[in-house]
Amino acid sequence: MSGSTSSPARSRRARPLQSRLKTVGWTAAGILITGFMLFPLYWIVNCSFMSQTDILQTPPPFIPPNPTLDAYRNALSTAGGYIQSSFIYALGTVVVTMLVATPAAYALATVRARIGSLLLFGLILAQMAPGFVVANSLYSAFNTLGLLNSYQAVILADSTIAVPFAIIIMRAFMIGIPRELAEAAKVDGAGQLRIFRSIYVPLSRTALITASLFSFLFGWGDFLFALILNNNPDHTPITVGIYRFIGSYSVEWPSVMATAVIAVIPAAFLLAIAQRYVAAGITAGALKE
Amino acid sequence: MTRVVEGGAAAKAAVPPSKQSRGLPRWRRERVAGLLFLLPALVYVVAFYAYPIAFNVLMSLEKYTLKTFVTGEAPFIGLDNFKHLVNNPEFWPAVVNTVWFTVGSLFFQFTLGLLIALFYQHKFPLNSILRALILVPWLAPVLVSGAIWVRLFDQDTGVINFAIHSLGYQGQISWLTDPHLSLISVLIANIWIGIPFNMVILYGGLQAIPRVLYEAASIDGASAWQRFRYITWPLLRPVSTVVLLLGLVYTLKVFDVIMSITRGGPADTSQTLNTWAYSLAFTNGFDFGLGAVAGDILLVIVFAFGMLYLRYAYRELRETAS
Repeated sequence: MSGSTSSPARSRRARPLQSRLKTVGWTAAGILITGFMLFPLYWIVNCSFMSQTDILQTPPPFIPPNPTLDAYRNALSTAGGYIQSSFIYALGTVVVTMLVATPAAYALATVRARIGSLLLFGLILAQMAPGFVVANSLYSAFNTLGLLNSYQAVILADSTIAVPFAIIIMRAFMIGIPRELAEAAKVDGAGQLRIFRSIYVPLSRTALITASLFSFLFGWGDFLFALILNNNPDHTPITVGIYRFIGSYSVEWPSVMATAVIAVIPAAFLLAIAQRYVAAGITAGALKE
Repeated sequence: MTRVVEGGAAAKAAVPPSKQSRGLPRWRRERVAGLLFLLPALVYVVAFYAYPIAFNVLMSLEKYTLKTFVTGEAPFIGLDNFKHLVNNPEFWPAVVNTVWFTVGSLFFQFTLGLLIALFYQHKFPLNSILRALILVPWLAPVLVSGAIWVRLFDQDTGVINFAIHSLGYQGQISWLTDPHLSLISVLIANIWIGIPFNMVILYGGLQAIPRVLYEAASIDGASAWQRFRYITWPLLRPVSTVVLLLGLVYTLKVFDVIMSITRGGPADTSQTLNTWAYSLAFTNGFDFGLGAVAGDILLVIVFAFGMLYLRYAYRELRETAS
């Protein structure tokens, strides 16, 4: 009898400790998995604070032995123009994408029409076309129009990556806005434009921000369109810049790595400020390069 | 809200009642107005998707080279480009590379993504932040990820060979310059890039499986494997199908990874149809028609699986929406 009364007491004390240990184990495993996945990113940060000679040591140093900001100084002086061009492409992609996608998302969410679902399916299929096919055709079209090597050419092409995604996530959000709001406004005589501007746009702020952030990243990360449609060194974005850096015979690794860190910052920043929208956006869109 | 109502009232007052009753019935007019909102997107679709795709098909039937830009002439040559492409000694190697690259990417991205998603089903401190951080590699520009791997794969001073040496293997592995390894190297980098996407979607799918099923199975004494085999796997199947179909389409399009790490080399050993098409049109030969044929082949495959994706994904959508 005495044994049976003491054992529950012991297990009550033992279980929290055991489950706490188990929890710590899970967290440790989680850190290990995520750490393994993030290791390459750690490695560029690590290399970006080293000198060329330190980077090329064997064994490779896991922490900068002589930390220096030289690489960042070099990167900003040689890649400053690339960064600026990337910003122009990214912001231009946001503007074009939102101008095209926001009204379309509104129409697809509120008007039930065959042409709407046709457009939606067409968009999903179209954005599956390899970027090379689009670029190959646009190269000769833009050549005829005299648009090659202009910012506009790359921005218009970059938007092909972003428009379908933006329409799909904004439409999904706008479908959830109660129709009664629009009905009430209609009773008061508001037209479509008014309903769009004063009800749907403000209420879908979240979706609009998510779509803009992703469009920015698509424009920022594009390599193929800028590589093919632009030959002007003054309009070279950061991705093509890095591609040229690593293609040279003696690669200046610290600068490349510092430039790479700068190129990843917008992605990390986006994740930091809009973490919950990112995962939701990916799942809702279920599309990405 | 009141602002809208007031504005609406003002707008109504401004329109004479007689005008409202003229012409099309009100619901029709609204519908037309609604469709006007689609106009920018329709124009954009025609100009930047439909036209390029159609023009690519047209170019693939023409002798379309650099000369065309000078003379404006692109003689129609029918299937000659296609014959040239297939008879090119690099054609079949590129096809085989594309198949291995796609199958390898899909298998490992999906399996590892699923394992990580299953792992994060457990509740523990820091779970959500650790899960979110995994997404950074996926959001980073793909070309940048490729550049990172060039450093990691370095034969003499790369961290991968350092790790392999530490495990006891003493040979030098030339990840990027050995013709037998170049495709494997780009494959490894591409798997790393694709895991987060698979993980996020599969995680969402796993979360949607009712907990009750697992509880009931546990009470009946089902083992962890049995619960996975008879509950998770069958119920996750629609999501798995969608992820794999999308993965297939996107892997066929992969360009940045290969260009940044090997540029298709050495000696075209890591060339896929997509990167090869680029080199035919823009680096070696400037034969846009020949590149367009490779583009045509990719288009056919991508659209076939794209339709399949639409069938699956939108059936799912309809079910979850109702």
